[in-house]
Amino acid sequence: MTAKAPDIRPVTASVGVAQAMKSVFLRDVRVAFRQRQDLLNPLLFCVMVVTLFPLGVSPEVSFLREAGAGILWVAALLSVLLSLDHLFRHDFDDGTLEQLVLQPQPLFLLVLAKTVAHWILTGLPLVVLTPVLGVMVQLPGNSIAVLCLTLLIGTPVLSLIGSIGAALTLGLRSAGVLLSLLIIPLYIPVLIFGTGTVAAASEGAPVGAYLALMGAFLVLAVTLAPFASAAALKISLSNS
Amino acid sequence: MWQFFHKLGSPKWFYGISTRLMPWLLVIGTALLMAGIVWGLAFAPKDYLQGDSYRIIFIHVPTAFLAQSAYIMMAVAAVVTLVWRMKLADVFVKAVAPVGLVITFLSLFTGAVWGKPTWGTWWIWDARLTSMLILLFLYGGVIALDRAINDEKSAARAVAVLVLVGVVNIPIIKYSVEWWNTLHQPATFKLTEKPSMPAEMWVPLLLAVLGMYLIFGWLACIRMQTEILAREQKTRWVKDLVMAGRH
Amino acid sequence: MSEPLLQAINLECERDERTLFRNLSFSILPGTVTRVEGPNGSGKTTLLRILAGLNDAWTGELLWCGEPRRLRRESFLRNMLYLGHRPGIKPLLTPLENLRALTAGRYPMDDEVLLRALSGTGLDGFEHVPSRNLSAGQQRRVALARLLIADEPLWLLDEVFTAIDVQGVEAIEALLQQRAEEGGAVVVTTHHDLDLPAMQRISLGEGDWDDS
Repeated sequence: MTAKAPDIRPVTASVGVAQAMKSVFLRDVRVAFRQRQDLLNPLLFCVMVVTLFPLGVSPEVSFLREAGAGILWVAALLSVLLSLDHLFRHDFDDGTLEQLVLQPQPLFLLVLAKTVAHWILTGLPLVVLTPVLGVMVQLPGNSIAVLCLTLLIGTPVLSLIGSIGAALTLGLRSAGVLLSLLIIPLYIPVLIFGTGTVAAASEGAPVGAYLALMGAFLVLAVTLAPFASAAALKISLSNS
Repeated sequence: MWQFFHKLGSPKWFYGISTRLMPWLLVIGTALLMAGIVWGLAFAPKDYLQGDSYRIIFIHVPTAFLAQSAYIMMAVAAVVTLVWRMKLADVFVKAVAPVGLVITFLSLFTGAVWGKPTWGTWWIWDARLTSMLILLFLYGGVIALDRAINDEKSAARAVAVLVLVGVVNIPIIKYSVEWWNTLHQPATFKLTEKPSMPAEMWVPLLLAVLGMYLIFGWLACIRMQTEILAREQKTRWVKDLVMAGRH
Repeated sequence: MSEPLLQAINLECERDERTLFRNLSFSILPGTVTRVEGPNGSGKTTLLRILAGLNDAWTGELLWCGEPRRLRRESFLRNMLYLGHRPGIKPLLTPLENLRALTAGRYPMDDEVLLRALSGTGLDGFEHVPSRNLSAGQQRRVALARLLIADEPLWLLDEVFTAIDVQGVEAIEALLQQRAEEGGAVVVTTHHDLDLPAMQRISLGEGDWDDS
């Protein structure tokens, strides 16, 4: 046992945080594009939920115009919720999550990279789809524009808060339903301000302050949610 | 300080002290609550606007207070669970969550009962009712998560994370619901509150609130004791305790 | 005698109200292979996950290079390689992409090096096939390719021989032996009858511990 040990690498020899985040992000995007159907499903779901309202409640222009923003917001929220189950589950099943947790970089930043990927793959397409759906529910152009803005600020918050729930319910039976139970109450403020902003805009009120407030939600979620998700991931992995 | 902290974390020590404390909590709590309620229901003056129907506040207000403070207490215990890994703290969270759920439900129920004569409807989307409803959801989530995780330690820590995320959200939820309420319902149904209550009203209310807290303490103790016995069933002191109980 | 890389002092772990092990102490020295053995359910995988830092339901002390591991988390993670029984291979990505993703957070390598490692584990011609089209054994080989380029002094390998054919097993045994001679430390759990010269054994089992 006289052989010289391989040197202990100093921490500085490991890859920088930004590069590690980029690699995590790119892998998620690449995996998603190999399974394109999974990208389409939340969008289809969103369109279908929106379709239910004219059919189930009333196709009257006056009703749709009043409820349209709320319907679109709820549909987007449910679509994001539906897609959250996949955020960590595949990684958990195939073991890449273990490897992610064991990377030398701070876990919350790697989780943030994954969450950003999730938003770009689900939230952003929903925002892009919104004008079409907005026309279908008879929203005036001005409202549609504001609605898109609120969704643009709001859907990342949904992904961020949702990542906490996804991490907490990882590996549990009936995780999907449980995830909704945990997360929906936390989504309420975003929903209220999202639809409230559109309502204010349709009455001709200035919306700058509302959007700023939603921006504050986003900042708060970006700073706090990755920590909670990272902690929850470690707990869930420790249990498996 | 650390010594004390350590002792506080010992289930055995807690079991001993709580056994001595519990009769006091129950007796004083019941006495205060009864005094408050009887005084409030039978002797306090009528409200000049709402007549007798306002008297439900002697139950409604204590439950509403407690529903919120129980969640705050859980959040404090959650921090202790995550930072110091104190066993007793997660026993507390686990024991108190269902109590909090029931109390929140009671406060919503009494609110609805009060709403019928005052507002003419069982339920309105009033800011306070709505935020209490969301609090009920939060309690429900905590209990559901706790039940879903088999491993005790993981459950404790996962629940602690959820409780903390919830407590950060409570003020945001409250604020947004109030904002939403003023946006949608410009003061149609406003609680007719007089600027100040006469002493004959607030003294019994205070008694009822204090009584409710003490009874909550008793409930928490009894549920924590049960949980402790279940968890520590293999330890020497629990076996001794059970054997002593047989004589 | 060189200083131990990892030192376990009085480890105790309880799972589902059952004590898996207690008062377990051992040292992992550079240049050694350590085998964790014991019957099914004796806690081999759990012990390895504890050593890797994935499971924290334990008490006792773990020292990394003489200091508490939790104080040196980053240094520990940078210098430890863990392969679990879930190999960490994404079925939708090719072996090359998988290997690239797994090493990118530690030491980015040229594709040439990665391809050589893949060919070293007998995956010639499969580099660009989606991993879900590979057999279980081939998927594990993708993960094992990491060992051919790894520079971490400490390897923790869980059930490393699972689904590997006879020639593969021999190659891995040789690799572990060579690694120890180079001065690396390897800890393995396996049902396979691994017997290398000067191998340390940690036996887990019904009640009595023996870390001779």
